Amino acid sequence: MSVSVQEADFDTGAEIAALSAGRPTVGAVASFVGLVRDVNDGLSVSAMALEHYPGMTEQALEEIEDEARGRWMLDAVRIIHRFGTLAPGDQIVFVGVAGAHRGEAFAACEFIMDYLKTRAPFWKREETPQGARWVDARDADDTAAARWAEDWDDIDQRR
Amino acid sequence: MVKAMKVKILYFASLREALGCSREELELSAEVTTLGALRAFLASRGESWQALGAGRNVRAALNQRMADPEAVLAAGDEVAFFPPVTGG
Repeated sequence: MSVSVQEADFDTGAEIAALSAGRPTVGAVASFVGLVRDVNDGLSVSAMALEHYPGMTEQALEEIEDEARGRWMLDAVRIIHRFGTLAPGDQIVFVGVAGAHRGEAFAACEFIMDYLKTRAPFWKREETPQGARWVDARDADDTAAARWAEDWDDIDQRR
Repeated sequence: MVKAMKVKILYFASLREALGCSREELELSAEVTTLGALRAFLASRGESWQALGAGRNVRAALNQRMADPEAVLAAGDEVAFFPPVTGG
């Protein structure tokens, strides 16, 4: 199962090892881990609640994986996203990608995160000394996701 | 004779809180045929429902896929309205 939406924490080392285990064609594994920070927009954060849209979330992540696999030759992909109440320092998200070379592994890993940020139905709510607040979406995330459309021609030419 | 069309509507995150409603089933009137028309109808309920009004940053999904205001509704559809996503 390459996509998991879960409350439980995950073992980054085990997930990374699993991406190349039994796959001798893998020459590169790239991974990303997102963590809860203890400060955001000038206020300290004591806890974070992550809400999601059960059913759509899993489907959206699977579609992002499919899109990445359509763009690059990948040996393995793993996406884990947590929901529920998290504390500063807790892991939120894991994306791991295995391929023959670092180029596609780095690119696919970043692509999946950029698309996840704008397409997967998760919402963050922070507990701060001034009360709870919903985290606002950032324009920078839309820009990051949009740039993959512009890169599409370059990627085609490199294939 | 137009057949009555019922849809399920879900609300998430700050929008759910603003509306005080997480889900409802609604029988649509004949003129509400698209996602955008449904949003305008809901916003016209007034008070807190203006959170769905034009100019508010609201996204929508139709049957668990991101969808545009032009998307056409069918009986039994699952519609969702929510603020821009902030996962990752």
